[in-house]
Amino acid sequence: MSLQVRVEKKVNGFFLDIEWQIQNELAVLFGFSGAGKSMTLQLIAGLAEPDRGVVILDDTVYFDSSSKKSAPPQKRPFGYVFQDLALFPHMTVLQNILYGAVDISGRKRLSKKEKSDRADEMIQRFRLTGLEARYPNEISGGQKQRVALARALIRQPSMLLLDEPFSALDLPLRLEMRKFLKEVRDQFNIPAILVTHDFEEAAAISDKIIIYEHGKIAQIGSPEQIKSAPANRYVAQLVASCCSFQ
Amino acid sequence: MEEESVLFSVRLSLQVASISTILIIISGIPVAYILARKNFKGREFLDMLCTLPLVLPPTVTGYYLIVLFGRNGLIGSFVYQWTGWSIMFTWYAAVLASYVVALPLMIKTVRAAIESVDRNLVNASYTLGHSEIDTALKVILPLAKRGIVAGAVLSFARSMGEFGATLMLAGNLPGKTETMPIAIYSLSGSGEWSKAHLLVGMMTLISGIFLYIANRYSKRII
Repeated sequence: MSLQVRVEKKVNGFFLDIEWQIQNELAVLFGFSGAGKSMTLQLIAGLAEPDRGVVILDDTVYFDSSSKKSAPPQKRPFGYVFQDLALFPHMTVLQNILYGAVDISGRKRLSKKEKSDRADEMIQRFRLTGLEARYPNEISGGQKQRVALARALIRQPSMLLLDEPFSALDLPLRLEMRKFLKEVRDQFNIPAILVTHDFEEAAAISDKIIIYEHGKIAQIGSPEQIKSAPANRYVAQLVASCCSFQ
Repeated sequence: MEEESVLFSVRLSLQVASISTILIIISGIPVAYILARKNFKGREFLDMLCTLPLVLPPTVTGYYLIVLFGRNGLIGSFVYQWTGWSIMFTWYAAVLASYVVALPLMIKTVRAAIESVDRNLVNASYTLGHSEIDTALKVILPLAKRGIVAGAVLSFARSMGEFGATLMLAGNLPGKTETMPIAIYSLSGSGEWSKAHLLVGMMTLISGIFLYIANRYSKRII
């Protein structure tokens, strides 16, 4: 399983020009605000369109500017968790999760039983039992994260895209969610991309770090590789400023 | 007999306002959705066209409607040619006038409500495999519900009070097209104050109630 991304996009004077590839692993897009990380996720998911480039998962082309192919977001097999989680405020926890119970290929309709079986499994796996009838504003931050993850995964996506979902949490909960995310990824056994601007988080959780610098790639490697051989001064400073690496 | 004419006006006004509000809801929501969420050439022109009756004197709106739907009008002449029927001076004309004059209130309110729905919620629905129509029906419109209710209530109140365009299109035919505002106009002209008082009081009460409901809803738009 591998995702190949090469995209260029110009927006209001900002130029994103990146190329990378990941396997079945947990990859982190790291960079400061405005480096183009979230935009990359949107381009992968089809929520925005690159000016040029390709997005290929395994052998399926979801975007290719040269052949003018661009699949709509509904037809792409990515589970997306938004920074603000984007839980539907007018739906309960169960309704939010059920809303994601759509066949990933979009070719068949899931039966009611199939949907509720999947939802029951998600509720159990994500420790949400007892919260089914609550609305998003009636549950805690950590519970909201788990609902957002369950909703993204009930569709059985081929890959998980996470746009800084833990940034609003305080530290103890953030550590817990990181661990939980790792477990979830191992259980579902699908590649995941996590966007973060917290280098310590990137180093602690990832198999691979992709470092963004003003819309370009500064370095790609495992946390150890980046630690031992930073590609440039920018990366070296990042490594030095991160307490866990000192 | 005379009490009957007062009752007739009340009933006709409620009937006209109800039907025009139903038509406004059916047509106003899709137009507001398109204006709020689609980028196309002529979007602002369409918005202006739909909003114009809000600022034009109702007599001007009525004039345009006569040009369009009158017996010799652009559309009306065809209808008359084929069916021998004209909308002019029927209660349908009162519905048409109310519809055109009150539609902008619905479109403006619903457009604002749809635009205020968080973009990420819409994107989340798309990434969960739901089509645009599905997303509109299950996410956007439910979240814009309060704006829709407020718009419908305002439109109803405006339809109830429609006078100028209605007078031009439907005329003032007692027992046929005499709505409450037109009856009030006639009654005060002929000095029948007690009946005029009654209708004015009812009109004020109904409009006040509707405005109160509209305010309550629009304040709580999510």
